Amino acid sequence: MWALLIRDLRLATRSGGGFGLALAFFLIVCTLVPFGVGPEGGQLSRIAPGILWVGALLSCLLSLDRIFALDFEDGSLDLLATAPLPLEGAVAVKALAHWLVTGLPLALSAPVFALLLHLPGPAYPWLVASLVLGTPALSMLGAFGAAVTVGLRRGGLLMSLLVLPLYVPTLIFGAEAVRRGAAGADPVTPLVFLAAVTLSTLALTPFAAAAALRVNLR
Amino acid sequence: MSLLAVRDLAVARGGLRAVEGVHFALAPGAALVLRGPNGIGKTTLLRTLAGLQPAVAGVIEAAADSMAYAGHSDGLKPALSAAENLRFWAEIFGGRDIEAALAAMNLRDLAARPAHALSAGQKRRLGLARLMVTGRPVWLLDEPTVSLDRDSVALFAAMLRAHLDRGGAAVIATHIDLGLHEAEILELGPFRAGRVPSQSRPAGFNEAFG
Repeated sequence: MWALLIRDLRLATRSGGGFGLALAFFLIVCTLVPFGVGPEGGQLSRIAPGILWVGALLSCLLSLDRIFALDFEDGSLDLLATAPLPLEGAVAVKALAHWLVTGLPLALSAPVFALLLHLPGPAYPWLVASLVLGTPALSMLGAFGAAVTVGLRRGGLLMSLLVLPLYVPTLIFGAEAVRRGAAGADPVTPLVFLAAVTLSTLALTPFAAAAALRVNLR
Repeated sequence: MSLLAVRDLAVARGGLRAVEGVHFALAPGAALVLRGPNGIGKTTLLRTLAGLQPAVAGVIEAAADSMAYAGHSDGLKPALSAAENLRFWAEIFGGRDIEAALAAMNLRDLAARPAHALSAGQKRRLGLARLMVTGRPVWLLDEPTVSLDRDSVALFAAMLRAHLDRGGAAVIATHIDLGLHEAEILELGPFRAGRVPSQSRPAGFNEAFG
């Protein structure tokens, strides 16, 4: 398992791995919104929680199809499926690697982007907390979508259509936690729901994704 | 006690039976060469033996985790060096030393080179060296000598011979003579599945959908 995690992290950070792409995309989204909406601070800070969460979600989506597609093309996936490591474990480890290079950097750098959107001060810790709690679910659900569409030509687009609806609960509770933080209300309840969504995703999705991979390898 | 026994096996590709009624058993030290025209189902049979797809009928008897599969693609990451690629698979399969495998396929001088800078034959050699670090007793080889030059074929034959002498076994789909004189040859032609004739065309709309 360690070997797989380290290999995926190494591949992501070497040339052509796409590390930082999600962050750059997030930055561009957060820069474009004030241009589109106008620089009026009150309006921006009202929509900031939603924009930040939608931006994070789309940035996450950007690199999802790489989770399995590359391994499928070069035959590694066949070999992983015959390895002693259970395929469910391999799926979970690959989703973890995706989160470490996408979700975690997004969560940690979100306060900088929030500055661009005039997010009210008290919301900052809740923004980071909600992203740290919510983005693992995005990577895991994405791994499921990638597993279902692996081997399909132009599967990335189909994957987005499959995965985005599954992101809805995470988006609702994540953005709500930040909104309540911004308004000075108690954000704990949506955070607890967010954590519950993430935990159940982590518990169930590896099995679904591994089953989908087995079917696609036939 | 055989390492791999197959009884009355039928395999299918894309929902169509390819071969059926296949019988064989492999004792330690034995090799089986699969022969047959293109499309007969050699790859499908090997993938079924590897557990990558279910058998349509029949029994495959083998110990759990005893197969090492080497297909058409080598499972190499272009951004990693040859040694890193091999070490990854060694760790996944239980942390064996990669030096012996590098030496067996004459890859020592290429160990630090990134895989994208290897030639097709060198990639193949690296892919075959992976078999050694798996430590699995039964090797399932699908056209292993594709893009290998004559010297490399000899290297591979020597590695395979050493594997068999250690009590391993191999199923090989190949048309090249690897110098395995004792290897059994299984012609798949006679096992070609009798194609179920496609259903006679419905006479009309009502018969088809009514």
